[in-house]
Amino acid sequence: MTDATPMLEVRDLEMHFPIGGGVLDRLKLDSRGLRIERPVVHAVNGVSFRIQRGEIMALVGESGCGKSTVAKTIARIYQPTKGEIRVDGEDVASYGFAEMLPVRSKMQMIFQDPYASLNPRQRVRDIVAEPLLQQMKTAQDRKSVPAKTQQLLAKVGLNAEHAGRYPHQFSGGQRQRIGIARALSVMPGLIIADEPVSALDVSIQAQILNLMMDLRDEFGLSYLFISHDLSVVQHIADTVGVMYLGFMVETAPRDVLFATPRHPYTRALLSAAPSIKPKRDIEEITLSGEVPSALDLPSGCCFRTRCPFAWERCALERPTLKDVGGGQSVACHLVDEPDRDRR
Amino acid sequence: MMATATDNTLLDVRDLRTYFHTFSGTVKAVNGVSFQIGKGEVMGLVGESGGGKSVVGFSILGLIDSPGQIMGGEILLNGEDLAQAGEERLRQIRGREISMVFQDPMTSLNPLHTVGQQMDEVLRLHTDLDADARHRACVEMLESVGISRAAERLSAYPHQFSGGMRQRVVIAIAMLARPRLIIADEPTTALDVTIQSQILKLMRRQIAEKGASMILITHDLAVVSEMADHITVLYCGKVVERGRTRDLIEAPAHPYTRGLIDSIPDPANPHARLKQIPGTVPDIRNLPKGCNFRDRCPRAQARCAEEEPELHPQNAAQWAACHYPLQPGDSA
Amino acid sequence: MTGFFQSEFFHNYSRSASAIIGSALMLTFAVAVIAGPFLVAQNPYDIAALNLMDSYKPPVWLDGGDPQFPLGTDGQGRDVWASILYGARISVFIGLVAMIASCTIGTLLGLIAGFYGGIVDSVIMRIADIQLSFPSILIALFLMSAVGTGVDKVLIALTAVGWVVYARTVRGSTLSEIKKEYVQAAKVAGLPNTAIIRKHVLPNVLTPLIVIATIQVGTFVLIEASLSFLGVGVPITQPSLGLLIKNGFDVLFSGLWWTSVFPGVAIMMLVFGINLFGDFLRDELNPRLK
Repeated sequence: MTDATPMLEVRDLEMHFPIGGGVLDRLKLDSRGLRIERPVVHAVNGVSFRIQRGEIMALVGESGCGKSTVAKTIARIYQPTKGEIRVDGEDVASYGFAEMLPVRSKMQMIFQDPYASLNPRQRVRDIVAEPLLQQMKTAQDRKSVPAKTQQLLAKVGLNAEHAGRYPHQFSGGQRQRIGIARALSVMPGLIIADEPVSALDVSIQAQILNLMMDLRDEFGLSYLFISHDLSVVQHIADTVGVMYLGFMVETAPRDVLFATPRHPYTRALLSAAPSIKPKRDIEEITLSGEVPSALDLPSGCCFRTRCPFAWERCALERPTLKDVGGGQSVACHLVDEPDRDRR
Repeated sequence: MMATATDNTLLDVRDLRTYFHTFSGTVKAVNGVSFQIGKGEVMGLVGESGGGKSVVGFSILGLIDSPGQIMGGEILLNGEDLAQAGEERLRQIRGREISMVFQDPMTSLNPLHTVGQQMDEVLRLHTDLDADARHRACVEMLESVGISRAAERLSAYPHQFSGGMRQRVVIAIAMLARPRLIIADEPTTALDVTIQSQILKLMRRQIAEKGASMILITHDLAVVSEMADHITVLYCGKVVERGRTRDLIEAPAHPYTRGLIDSIPDPANPHARLKQIPGTVPDIRNLPKGCNFRDRCPRAQARCAEEEPELHPQNAAQWAACHYPLQPGDSA
Repeated sequence: MTGFFQSEFFHNYSRSASAIIGSALMLTFAVAVIAGPFLVAQNPYDIAALNLMDSYKPPVWLDGGDPQFPLGTDGQGRDVWASILYGARISVFIGLVAMIASCTIGTLLGLIAGFYGGIVDSVIMRIADIQLSFPSILIALFLMSAVGTGVDKVLIALTAVGWVVYARTVRGSTLSEIKKEYVQAAKVAGLPNTAIIRKHVLPNVLTPLIVIATIQVGTFVLIEASLSFLGVGVPITQPSLGLLIKNGFDVLFSGLWWTSVFPGVAIMMLVFGINLFGDFLRDELNPRLK
């Protein structure tokens, strides 16, 4: 694949989870008769974006917006309900276990919870070596792994004596470093980072973010960086995508998004984020109500139930992402009717 | 010396020590913490995990269970020392004079009782109101925390509310008996940013309306900078800095506070490398001699390894425990 | 090794009377089971060594007792003490083997049910529910009427009921472990499902099983004793402690109590010891919130 091929390209990704127990649990008897229900959580509803080599794309949104699900679907922890996932040009959306194996050397993942993302019964050196060992075919190859493991640990700021220890002997920040070493072991082009610093103290967050940036500079990594923390995103991202209820509502280069957010949800998010510097002229948008359930999406625009600007069109027609210039795309009817942008 | 209590002081904590005696050693979770809170003031208690801030909150309310124990110090609520108070007296105080809002609304409400029952219980314990008066008080309180159709919602169960709503209910319960002091332990950490902003506004309004004081315990400097009148910074169980919010954030005197502030990404300087505090928090069972922060401090010198620093006033309203505190204008 | 003696586990163990007494009783039984037959002169199941003239001798401290037979003899002249040692072997053997079989089968089924979910899970759990509605006594009866008595039939009856508790427990633990990110990380690393179950899930679901297994040995010994008492347990040629009780039962009310009571006391000591130690283990292994 040429250098112009995006490291990751996602098209119209959808992920729906049927919920509810076995057949007997789902039997319902009411005025409409006896039937078996199949409620579905619409976690991801048609998401598309592209990440070039060496680029850091952040996905932001609040809980339930589907950003973590997008990350795990791309990592093929789940199989997508619909859509394409092109890793280095190759569509892996419907790959089985064997076909996926070589792709795993191109794409790895870092997880949110430093306490649940490492097997408590495995030594650090085995944790870090695991993805690499899966790629090794011969015993000869496998001999090189221990040395590689030492190198990786050193790269993330740990040392040789840590290799033989167990996760519970490390702090949260150190565990995240172990997770990063594990993801790095196969030298992937893409690392999917699912809220990697959210569970860490502020001073440790800074260490880990610096480490991730250093590794990107050294190895030309791309990151898909999931976060709910806007200040972190503003620091680390090149491009930002904003998600709500499984839809991508806005994408833009980082500076453009923070300077001129267009979607009402983005604007509300930016105005709500607490900041240590006194806020100058950020408009105050307070949202009313709560996020609707992903079992029963509102018709038309999914944000209309809380949007201060919503009008009739918003209930009838679902907005699609439209290019508004400067690399920014917004999914909102206000783009067509800007004079409605007042309260 | 620290500031002396005035007539306006509601809570005066002096040299509080709470230790946990575990098999692997004694954890000095709170190791000589002192501060004062005036009537109607909001104090931010800031620090990272393991710093002891939650333990301070629990100690004030006498909620420390074995193997933990309050080893010394005074907790003076309007002159009365809570550290010496018996369980009976503490029970009168909890919910009435001092109430607490916990981090996780999922677990701080009893899933088997309706919201109305839980609210009613507080009023029955702490007031003499009859059933009708209690019902009216509950409805009023729910409305004032922004829950619509309050009368109906009283008969709902906690799981029928979303996270943000549940936290509003928790706040309503905390405010019902008109306490003078609310201890809020990471009240919005588990909530989304847009909900957090609603809840913080709500708490600010409630406190202002009822003239209550609040201890806001959090690791989030941004939240505390918007809510608190003054801030106390804890590190390894000790107060390292205290002062008015704006003073502390704009010109911190202690290198740890400076390090915390620098760790937060600065929107004005987006791609700059974040200044990080090197190393990790020391093992609280095995603290180094001298200043607890010296192994990670860029300003540490020989004296820091020998002598533990005491809180010294830096100016009229700011104290720091450091031998070489930052002066305004220093760049660490 | 010295690390163990400084550990919190050993520290608590040395302060727990029930743990010490319990493990002492278990250890006694272990010694009896292993070395037993070498400690007694008479092999009670060697017909040639028996002498009918020795029958129904009372324990040594009563009138007519014989120091050669400290706890007395039964109707065939068998030394009760020796019978207990031989019987204990069989009882403990059955308890241990049935436990190992139950644990293996139950754990395997629990892992599969929890990990794969769906219809596999439903089927396994329904079988488990059905299995639990049959007491082992009923199963043993069916087996006996079909294929006769025997130690192996007892083992089958016990295992058929005993696996369920492991399957249920392991399934629950598995369900909660597979949600954890380290399992997802293993998937992203490219491990096949069987390797994930074996290397990641299994080691993390074993801890609660230690307590269950320990206590189950005692439970099985008791059930086997009941089965044998009812005549659907071990055959006469391999009398467990339970069968010994039964054999002495017929003459119990004529005042010849020692042939029944002493084996009963032996069972009681074993199960009591197991339960005491099991209680201690349960508290120790309970993950404590720091």
